[in-house]
Parts: sequence; C-alpha cells; structure tokens
Amino acid sequence: MAIGGNRRGKSGGRPEALTDQVDFASGPASSSLLEVRDLRIHFPTDDGLVRAVDGVSFKLERGKTLGIVGESGSGKSVTSLGIMGLHHGTSTKIEGQVWLDGEDLVTAAPSRVRELRGSKMAMIFQDPLSSMHPFYTVGAQISEAYLVHNNVGKKVARKHAIEMLNRVGIPQAASRVDAYPHEFSGGMRQRAMIAMALSCDPELLIADEPTTALDVTVQAQILDLISDLQEEYGSAVIMITHDLGVVAELSDDILVMYAGKPVEYGSAEDIFGRARHPYAWGLLASMPRIDEERVTRLVPIPGTPPSLIHVPSGCAFHPRCSYTELTDGRCVAEVPRLRELEPGHLAACHLTAGQRMEIRGEDIDGAGITREDK
Amino acid sequence: MIATVLLLVVVSMITFLIFFLLPRLAGQNNYQLATQYVGRNPTPAAVHDVEVKLGFNAPLYLQYGRFLKAIVFGAHYSNGPSTTYCPPPCFGYSFKTQQPVWPQLVSDAPVTLSLGVGAAILWLTGGVSIGVLSALRRGTFFDRAAMAVALAGVSLPIFFTGLISLTLFSYKWPIFPNVQYVGITQNPLLWARNLVLPWIILAFLYAALYARLTRAGMLETMNEDYIRTARAKGLKERTVIVKHGLRAALTPIVTIFGLDLGLLLGGAIITEVTFGLHGLGQFTVEAIQNQDLPEILGVTMLAAFFIVVANLVVDILYAFVDPRVRH
Repeated sequence: MAIGGNRRGKSGGRPEALTDQVDFASGPASSSLLEVRDLRIHFPTDDGLVRAVDGVSFKLERGKTLGIVGESGSGKSVTSLGIMGLHHGTSTKIEGQVWLDGEDLVTAAPSRVRELRGSKMAMIFQDPLSSMHPFYTVGAQISEAYLVHNNVGKKVARKHAIEMLNRVGIPQAASRVDAYPHEFSGGMRQRAMIAMALSCDPELLIADEPTTALDVTVQAQILDLISDLQEEYGSAVIMITHDLGVVAELSDDILVMYAGKPVEYGSAEDIFGRARHPYAWGLLASMPRIDEERVTRLVPIPGTPPSLIHVPSGCAFHPRCSYTELTDGRCVAEVPRLRELEPGHLAACHLTAGQRMEIRGEDIDGAGITREDK
Repeated sequence: MIATVLLLVVVSMITFLIFFLLPRLAGQNNYQLATQYVGRNPTPAAVHDVEVKLGFNAPLYLQYGRFLKAIVFGAHYSNGPSTTYCPPPCFGYSFKTQQPVWPQLVSDAPVTLSLGVGAAILWLTGGVSIGVLSALRRGTFFDRAAMAVALAGVSLPIFFTGLISLTLFSYKWPIFPNVQYVGITQNPLLWARNLVLPWIILAFLYAALYARLTRAGMLETMNEDYIRTARAKGLKERTVIVKHGLRAALTPIVTIFGLDLGLLLGGAIITEVTFGLHGLGQFTVEAIQNQDLPEILGVTMLAAFFIVVANLVVDILYAFVDPRVRH
C-alpha cells in the first residue's frame, strides 16, 4: 500500500448485498475504537478478479476482543492486513471504510497510515521465525519499532526493549536482548514478537493465527499472555484463527467468514450457544469438546473452500451445505443478506427460523448443540 | 587460518607438479626440459650444464623442496658466465628475460589491482542499485530495459565492448586519449582518467551479472514474512527496502563478490590486453607466448594466492554478515 497503493474510499458500497438492518451509511465514526464498514479487498489477477474480502463490517470497542474465524482462504488474514494497510502494490483494490478512532484508514494518506502502524495498531504474525529478520538481534528488532514512533535515543530504546522482553515473560531479558531469533525457541520467539507489537502501547492489536506454528502447550501460554497483556494495556484485540477453541476462550464477539464474506456475526455466546449459520454449525461440530459427556465423532465439513475467483452462485457455502434443498433454490440463486436475527446477532442464511428450529431442535434457543442433529 | 596456509601449500604443490611432472609424463626427458632454459641453438654441453645446475636430475621431492626454499631464502641462478642472486621471495628466475620472476610480478600487480578494485567498486554499486530498482519496479519499462542491457552485458565479450569504447572515446572523440597505466603515486588524476574506460568496460560485464543476481535476491526477500513485519512496525518504505530487504539479499552477493575479485586480481587478461595495460594478465599472456615456465609458475601461484585469500575473507565476512553461521 505504501508504494502506489490503490486505496479508494467508497461510501455506501453495495448495501443491498449486505444487510438491511445495520446502518452502513458513510459518516463520522462511532465511538468504537475500530469500525469496519463494507470492506472489500479485491486482487485482479490474470485468471480473474479474486474477491478475497467482499463486504466485511464489524465494530470493536476498546479493551474488547473480536475473533475472526474461518477456513484457509476465507479472507480473515486479508481483512487484517487490509486494516493495517499492508496490502502492497497497485494491483490491490480496496473499498469501504476502516475507521480507527475517528480516522478512515482507507482514504487516509499512506504516510499517515504508516505512522499509525506500529504505534496505534500493531500486529502479531503466524510464524514467529519467518516473521523476524534473521540478521538482527531480537532487541534491535524491538527497539526499531519503538524508535520509529518515539523520539528517543538508542539507549532508551534498548532499555525499553529489555523491559518489554521482561513483560512478555522472557527470563534473563537483559542478556537475551542481544540474542538472534534463531537462538530462541518457538514460544520465546512469539513472545518476542508480542513484545515488538506492544512496544508502542497500541490501542489495537491484531493477532493473525498467533499460535498456529507453536506446540500445544506453548499455545495456551501465548494465549494467556495475550489476554493478560490486553488487560494490562487495555488494547482491543482482533484474534484471527481457524481454531474455534482459541476464540472461545478470549473473544467477546465472533465474526465467522466464508469465501471472503461474513456469514455470522455476534457475541461469543451467540455463536457458541445459538449459532444460526450451517457453516458455523459445521465449524462447531468439527471442534473437539471436553465438556460433552458422550464421546462422539468429530464431524468434518464436507468439500473444500471455494475458489475466490469463481465463487459459487448464491450462497457461497451452498455446495457444501446439507440444507440447500429446503429453500426452493434460493441458496443457489440468491446471495443471502446478513440479517439481524436477534439484537446484535447477524447471520447470512436463507433458512427460516422455523426451518432452523426443525433442524436444530430445541437448541435454537441456546441450550448448546448436539451433533446428531446434523 | 591454518586451513588457508595448508591450502596454499597444496596449491603450490599441485602447481609445481603440473609444471615439473606433467612434461615428464608427456615424454619429455630432463635434457629436453633443460633446453627451454637456455638460449637458442644451444650446444649439447650447455644444455647439459643447465640440466645439472637447475637440478633436473634430482628426485622430484628435492626439486620441490628447493622451490620452496627459494621462496623463503632466495636462490642463486647461474646465467651463463655470471651468477644472479634471486632474493626471497624467489618464485623462480626467467632465463628468457634474464630476470627473477617476483620483481616483475610486483611491478605489474598495481596495474591489475587498480583495474580490479576500481571496476569492483563500480560494478558492485552499479549492479546492486540497478538490481534493487529493477526488483522494486518489476515488470515496468525500467526493469525490462535494465534486464535487456544486463543480458547484453553478460553476452558481449570485453574485447568487443572494449574496442568499441576505445574507438569512440579515445579516437573519434578523444575524451580519454592515450589510455595507458600511470602510477597512482605519480599522477593520481591521470591514473584515474586513463582507467575510466577499462573500469567501465570491465565493470559492465560484472555489473550485468550482479544486477540480475540482486534483482532475483530482492524479489525473493521482499516477499519474506519479516518484510511484512518491518512494514507492520510502521517503518518507512526506504528503511524496509534497504535495512531489511537489501540486507538479506546482499548476503549471497558478498560471497560471489569476494571470489570474483580474488579471481580478477590474478589478472584481468582480456581487459588488460584490450587496453594495453601491462598488468598481471598481460604478463601471463606474454609468459605463455614465450613458453617461459618460471614466469607462468610464478603468476599462477600468485593468482592462486589471491583466490585462496579471497575465500578466507569471504568466510570471515560471511560470519559477520549472517549471524546464523557464527560459531
């Protein structure tokens, strides 16, 4: 984006494809720290237009956590990179609005977005080894982030780096500050990445699958660390993951994405207790649970995520959905709108409340889910 | 360090064997060998005399020992009626030119050194910057044009580009007339002026190669995750490119650069001959034309020395550049 990026603000977008309930009119931002309105990120390629993100909207309050969940290729990472303004090159088409504390990042000057990057919003990436420069010490890489946004000397920045390493729980921080990333273990590296991201005390922290590359035992530590630091710093966190278990623990709100579109959006209780979209049901059914008495088989979602160039007609999920025949072809013909089914709980599905009731039984009112229904 | 010294000894051994054993294996006897060290139409007695004096009858290891001893302590060479002392480091004595080899190497080395180092600075800065720009403007007119010129640079031989440049800029428009080597201590300005054309021509060839290498390296590193991290920190794009991208892309180039420079210091033969600069390359050509074995042996040893030392420097530098290969 920084070099000749093509960020185009477009107020309004195509509201008819979205929702008739939520107000997406352009205007000053709400009091939320982050408000994303109808974000579209498209990549023209030789094979066709890749609609990586196609109309995503959400709000995030200070100190809260939003989980964005979906399979590979659902557009969750592209969304986060879009918020950070990290889509590079003239070929990326970005539309919609990203309001961060009253500023629209889509229309803002690239230099302004660069100033905000690392200071007001920061990001943690999936693979801490490849995400750290192999030729610079961990301390130098943390100081670098601090030095860009603060007018301080190198000594102060180094002290700050040691302090940050201490804070993320790296023992002997004063000596480890001069170590290189390859001398750290995977978990330590991710801690260092977190230290780097938090070094300027960002108000928004985006964690893009922060635990995917780590051992299971380390995963829990890192998630704990993130939520502890979130409390300490009061940052808002966007947790991007394909692992529902991760968001279950940490998130206040959850956005489920499929093929670049939001399919369900609500509070964590809404999603885990009263999921409305068959794709969300599938995700939940494919997740192991320990609170269940009966040992049941995990149910995978059949098929694979669609190509983002040739997105299936109608509801993008319809080729993998078991309930398509219930809607007289609407699933194939018509793109479902994201509708507010109950206050704050939105889903994009053609199934009627009655049909859902039939499928899910008594669960529709939030008693949890049983997999035999599917 | 020890490995480097050992390597030099092995190199000297192999070089020595090539020059003293191979002719014998090819069927030459000591007498025939000795004829190369006397003047034209010698009497058999004179040849036999040289054969004895040069110790061709002694076993090979003894000859090699004498060769090494001469390097360290110097040696006496009988040249007809008189005896010449060849002071250490004595890399042999040329009976054809009636001079010890080493002083000739010493007097010719500055030419090659000036040519090689000057060209190296030029091609490294030029090639790397063009490569970086090409990578960042991938697919644009600049990139295509630069890579086309680079392809030409790699393909066109120096004697061609060199002669064209001489024709145009030395004869037609005499911006650089009378290209010849002037010592840097004698007249630094003239030294530089006379070397401009050879520098550019030699650097053109290498710059083309380095531009392509740098471009490929940059295209690869700019896609790395740590570049995204650097951007996520809010660094300026220039910092991202130079401090993070180029830093990583340069590492393999350092290796190749060291070896190229080491190779070049042994004599930039074609460039020197094209521009009539009497450096080690020219010296080598003349030694080969005259079948002057001691001179060829001497310059071969020197060239090998440069390459081995360049290797050592690259190894040390590499550990400095890439922390992952330390210890």
